[in-house]
Amino acid sequence: MKQLKLTLGTVAIAFITLTAVSCKDAKTENTTHSETSADDDHSKMNHDGEDMEMAMNGDGDSQAVLNDYFNLKDALVADDNAKAKELGAILATSLGKLDISKYTDAQQSDLKDIVEDAVEHAEHISESDIAHQREHFKILSKDVTDMVAITGTENTLYQQFCPMYDEGSAWLSMSKDVKNPYYGSKMLTCGKVQKEIN
Amino acid sequence: MKIVKIIAIVLLVAFVGIQFMPTTRNQSDSVPSTDFMLVNNVPENIQKKLQVSCYDCHSNNTQYPWYNKVQPVAWFLEDHIKEGKAELNFNEWDSLSNRRKKSKLRSIIKQIESDEMPLYSYTLIHKDASFSEAEKQELIRWIEQLKDSI
Repeated sequence: MKQLKLTLGTVAIAFITLTAVSCKDAKTENTTHSETSADDDHSKMNHDGEDMEMAMNGDGDSQAVLNDYFNLKDALVADDNAKAKELGAILATSLGKLDISKYTDAQQSDLKDIVEDAVEHAEHISESDIAHQREHFKILSKDVTDMVAITGTENTLYQQFCPMYDEGSAWLSMSKDVKNPYYGSKMLTCGKVQKEIN
Repeated sequence: MKIVKIIAIVLLVAFVGIQFMPTTRNQSDSVPSTDFMLVNNVPENIQKKLQVSCYDCHSNNTQYPWYNKVQPVAWFLEDHIKEGKAELNFNEWDSLSNRRKKSKLRSIIKQIESDEMPLYSYTLIHKDASFSEAEKQELIRWIEQLKDSI
């Protein structure tokens, strides 16, 4: 009996060890996987979907960031957690590639701040459930709006605002029609156009 | 029965063996000038709460109880601290831009509000690290204030 207890004890400890170690492995595998799949999808993603009417200006441009932001917004509008994860990773990459060298020093330091913050939110979006994704999307939207204030935009954008989500939250859209990324199908048309950005 | 004995011995050896595997200790003697408590005017009770409930994983200095020095617990903990510090390191608070400070404070509030932080696995052992409803509200209110002042 004593021996049995001892054996059971050691087996339990071994099991915990193995679980702890394998948890670690599984986690790393997961991240590398999502990263590679995000990269693979990059070119494809920029060509499908209705909201992508603007021409791609290549990497490093704020327009590429905006494109990826709108794709992400659309995934949230569609309540698509998995797609939003992918698109969050893609947005993090295009933000990281943003070329800020053509701006003034003051603008560069602002843009650096904005990008640093936005990348963090985009990365979180790439690994969260949809409620969290929407929380991060709120600040991400603020970052992208501030970015546009510096970089400008080729197309007219609409800043839209939903007074209900988290004491009022804004986002950007290419279209005047309100499709709410914070509520998706639950309250699709909650919100209004707050501002036109040219 | 003999085979059971052999397995038991092997496992025991393995358990002793992993005790020698190195882990990095998260410990530091000095508090950098960028520390959250040094650059913000933090009331004493809030300071204590943050120290006890957050600083173990979100600063350069962890208070290690004895069992956290035993493998495989130490590994588990090492991972948590690494992740925690990557998200938020109170010691390096002032090196963040105002935009990121606001962003972090917002996330802190959300995490506390939704009871995601402090982690359940942490408060399970550190009873004093968990927040009562009143403490939660007090802490959130204070962090909101700080956020609005930035």
